[in-house]
Amino acid sequence: MKYINLALRCLFFAVIIKPIVKIVIGLRYQNTPILPKDGPAILIANHNSHLDTMVLISLLPLNILHKVQPVAAADYFLKNKFLAWFALNIIGILPIERQGKDKSVNPIEQCAKALDSGKILIFFPEGSRGEPEKMTDLKYGVVKLAERCPKVPLYPIYMHGLGKTLPKGDALFVPFFCDVVFSEPLSYEAQGDGFYETVKARFVGMQESVKLPKWD
Amino acid sequence: MLFDFDSMRTVTQVFVFLLAGLSLATVIGWALSLANKEKDYTELKQRINSWWIMIGIFGLALLMGPLVTVMLFAMLSFIALKEYFSMTPTRLVDRKVLFWAYLTIPLQYYWIATGWYGMFIIFIPVYAFLFIPFRMVLAGETKNYLRAVGNIHWGLMLTVFTLSHLAYLVMLPSEGEYQSLTMSGDGAALLLYLVMLTQLNDVAQYVWGKILGTTPIAPTISPNKTREGLIGGVITTGVLAMILAGLLTPMIWWQGLLVGLGIGIAGFIGDVSLSAIKRDIGIKDSGQLIPGHGGILDRLDSLTFTAPLFFHVMRYFYF
Repeated sequence: MKYINLALRCLFFAVIIKPIVKIVIGLRYQNTPILPKDGPAILIANHNSHLDTMVLISLLPLNILHKVQPVAAADYFLKNKFLAWFALNIIGILPIERQGKDKSVNPIEQCAKALDSGKILIFFPEGSRGEPEKMTDLKYGVVKLAERCPKVPLYPIYMHGLGKTLPKGDALFVPFFCDVVFSEPLSYEAQGDGFYETVKARFVGMQESVKLPKWD
Repeated sequence: MLFDFDSMRTVTQVFVFLLAGLSLATVIGWALSLANKEKDYTELKQRINSWWIMIGIFGLALLMGPLVTVMLFAMLSFIALKEYFSMTPTRLVDRKVLFWAYLTIPLQYYWIATGWYGMFIIFIPVYAFLFIPFRMVLAGETKNYLRAVGNIHWGLMLTVFTLSHLAYLVMLPSEGEYQSLTMSGDGAALLLYLVMLTQLNDVAQYVWGKILGTTPIAPTISPNKTREGLIGGVITTGVLAMILAGLLTPMIWWQGLLVGLGIGIAGFIGDVSLSAIKRDIGIKDSGQLIPGHGGILDRLDSLTFTAPLFFHVMRYFYF
């Protein structure tokens, strides 16, 4: 069953998601892509749309797809049986309990365990998707995770346009180009105490390099 | 029928010349970078490589018949409109309107594929023109209403209406025949004539500007455009148009010359008017889909002006 699900996952991304992301939406790299070749690694990105995860997974080659795990809220994605099967096996999420819900499992430990086994995590430091095309303050989860796994490289990625294509709370898909900005990887070991500020500054810098309009 | 070389003899011949010219440009690019190691020729090489791909796709579509050509231009309209909406300000409340705007593309190209000229010519300027504001008032947001409705209309006219004239050219019948969707007639030659001359005009204006250019012609919009570049380009295009007229069009030499001069001037205006939009928004290129050229609108800007003008001259006098 494990292999059937993995085959379905590859097929889903190769036949449906990648063509949608690359042809219907269209990616525009603002600089040369900087992406992990293998795990463990963490992609950190801004979060405006469900499409964010799809684009980030599409950026990576299919041969490391089995290592990619988007970190996602268990209460949202495991709501019903079908959605849970789809989220766990096809999207391949790592379900975590949001803070305060269940004290017995520590979400940071869940992520660290996945990284120890060589996974590539997709992590949205802002938490939930928020207002379309606006970045909210980064939460401290990213710092805690980096502190727990100080050697693992974090790749900051900024995406512009997906909050226009499919914003939160809207099911109508209206294509806009997605502009992607890449940035050199960071690690807690290299950045130390100024880690939070460095990550924040990187995102501000990447955001300012995109000169295209947000929603009017 | 795939690859009908016989009815497309002249088109194929002209393509062979184009490919030979491009091979020459490639060799010159290589020679330049070998002879002159300090200078960076990356952009020139990227441009030439992109020309190979663009001419390849265009040539294959033409040879595969009108239906494939119409589908190619529908795809180009889609990418161009997406590029336009991605670079201009749009309102969150208008998401549904933008969706309708995209839906005009399959409809407009459907009218073309069925040869319904009357609908093709009024669909965007009349029906879409009236429907878009109707759909926008339903949303009830008046802030920036005029800017938003003007923006969407401009985008539709520029990327759907004008570019679709290129596709309708290929549907023009050979004399006394109905145009079929699988066999190319005279329209394919006309389309090749227009696209080739418009693109060569861009290159010629650029080259003449580089060699002789001193007097800026539109300094506030496009500082690199010069009067010398424009005049040199227009004359070059006129002469080429005169030579090719007998081969690809029903025109005789002096008519070809006049049309060529017109293509040169209209192409320049199209180029400059897109530059004005980009300058207004504060960006240099409309995108980066085509390495070395920028976005698709950067490549098609001149055609947005030459296509409808050339189409109507041809239709009025010859079809």
